[in-house]
Amino acid sequence: MMMKMENAYLAGRGGAWRVDNVSLSICEGEVLALLGPNGAGKSSILKLFSGELACEQGRIVLGSNDIRTLSPRSMALHRAVLPQKNYLAFNFTVREVVLMGRSPHAGCGETSDENAIQWAMEMTDVLNFAERDYLNLSGGEQQRVHLARVLAQIGPENGSLRFLLLDEPTAALDVAHQHLVLSVAKRIARTVKVGVLVILHDLNLAALYADRIAFLKQGRLEAVGLPEDILSAKIIGDVFDMKASVMPHPHRPERNLVVTG
Amino acid sequence: MKVTSRSECTGGSRERPYWRATWIWIGKLAMYFDHRLITRNRSLLVLPVLVVMMLVVSIMSLGVGAVAVPFTDVTGIVFKAIGFPLNTEYSAINVAVVESIRMPRVILGILVGASLAVCGAALQGLFRNPLADPALVGVSSGAALGAVTVIVLSQSVLFSVSQFLGSYLLPLSAFVGGVLVTLIVYRLAQTGQRTEVTTLLLAGIAVGSLSSAGTGLLTYMADDFQLRTLTFWSMGSLGGITWSKLSVSAVLMLIAIFVIPTQARPLNALLLGESEAMHLGFDLQRTKRLLILLIALGVGAAVSVSGIIGFIGLVTPHLVRLVLGPDHRILLPASALVGASLLLLADLFARTIVAPSELPIGIVTALVGGPFFIWLLMKYRRQGGIR
Repeated sequence: MMMKMENAYLAGRGGAWRVDNVSLSICEGEVLALLGPNGAGKSSILKLFSGELACEQGRIVLGSNDIRTLSPRSMALHRAVLPQKNYLAFNFTVREVVLMGRSPHAGCGETSDENAIQWAMEMTDVLNFAERDYLNLSGGEQQRVHLARVLAQIGPENGSLRFLLLDEPTAALDVAHQHLVLSVAKRIARTVKVGVLVILHDLNLAALYADRIAFLKQGRLEAVGLPEDILSAKIIGDVFDMKASVMPHPHRPERNLVVTG
Repeated sequence: MKVTSRSECTGGSRERPYWRATWIWIGKLAMYFDHRLITRNRSLLVLPVLVVMMLVVSIMSLGVGAVAVPFTDVTGIVFKAIGFPLNTEYSAINVAVVESIRMPRVILGILVGASLAVCGAALQGLFRNPLADPALVGVSSGAALGAVTVIVLSQSVLFSVSQFLGSYLLPLSAFVGGVLVTLIVYRLAQTGQRTEVTTLLLAGIAVGSLSSAGTGLLTYMADDFQLRTLTFWSMGSLGGITWSKLSVSAVLMLIAIFVIPTQARPLNALLLGESEAMHLGFDLQRTKRLLILLIALGVGAAVSVSGIIGFIGLVTPHLVRLVLGPDHRILLPASALVGASLLLLADLFARTIVAPSELPIGIVTALVGGPFFIWLLMKYRRQGGIR
């Protein structure tokens, strides 16, 4: 089962397509990284998947349903979205923020909520400040809290189709936090069979954590495939107009290391 | 030198454990209460406490004034009024004062305070901004413009309309004024994902002063009798209320007070951002439309009977948040109860401080609320600015 985008088009400014005939699917249990230059349409594609934007042509299928036929609540039971930036300006405790992720599960019982937020906070390593005030945390800690919130929304129970959409989750984070977020994403893809779509800017993070990589340029899908096939000097050069060299990663020889500039 | 200071130190510390133990116990006691009463998943227990507080303030309000009615008489008369006579005789003056003068006023105070506070809390949630207030963002002045229009023009231009709608016209036009201003300010203040506080306040000022200009124009056209009524609108008062005047607005305010708290969960989600609330499965357009309507209803109805009373909608949710946290499931009902108590206290102050005359209540709330607002601004400035 997968979440599939079929020949989607989305109009942009000045007559050009912001998303131009893109077909892409996210499979259960995989981490799919979406890469490309600024303005290539990465966020638009994520918004099409999340249902925030509707495509002008084409469709998005979740399991066997067109997402236009699903209610906001049933969408929320099947996919969670981690935004690039957070604007929460009210002083909830960390636990309360994470608990908000359970909103679509209202009526499923307190124990399942409790299990889910416990699991989510363990995964993201925020348990030890669960009772602290959200506004007193550092930016990296806040981002982890929101990651915990979307994990709580997804829930630890296997069985239903679930997808996690991460919009540049590493943008404002230090190196250690970047790896933490992506390894959490990879771990939940493996352990609870969630399909993860993640927008990244760092080619090397994608090389280390992604199962598949998709390159976008000017709204079009340039290439999609396994990291070892697709991270080549030629493709990176085409997509980003940058000179690049690709070599084996010194710590993980089966993965690639990309040097640009 | 070092040795001396050290020995002083040990000498001093001999007395300290005693004090320290006291402080530790005070701290433990505070933590116990904190845990018992204020820990958030238990904070539903706070609501009955707040109900009792509101009742105590109400009974105080019923007793205190130009004619002082003893506490026992007040409770007796109240019990009689709600159908449980206690077989005691009370002086006719006391009964008249409590039943037909103070009781409608106290009920009005409860309703107006509660609906302003609930609407303020909802407005702050809707704008995702802790500085929104019905009076501050112009909603109240829009409602006042609607009300003033009716007062001045109901004998001339709007004569046929006022014949048709009767006593409903005033709350209705206040409501329409409130809706229009809320919509305009909401549209203006919204830039993409967030509402900018500067835009919000400026939009509120702009729309508010437009409404005031309208009110000013109408004041210019008003006759002497209307002028007195108009002054009352601009400063607010709970005085001169009767049961019949109260009835229509009371229904509207009750709707706002009881329906707004049903939107607590979407409001919580909305604090995360609009797309985030949508991602959590809430139908936001519906929630937002409903809330704007209810806020305009509550504020419009409150303004139509009591004029512009500022700061209750700003101060109350803040006080509640400080103690109980920002969860709307607690915040909204608690704000209603605290807002009612605060407005009753303000009214008590307003009508006793210069007795037998009366201060407009809007002046009292502004005197307390203004400094509070300044304190709030400074607090947010320390936290790195209002966003």
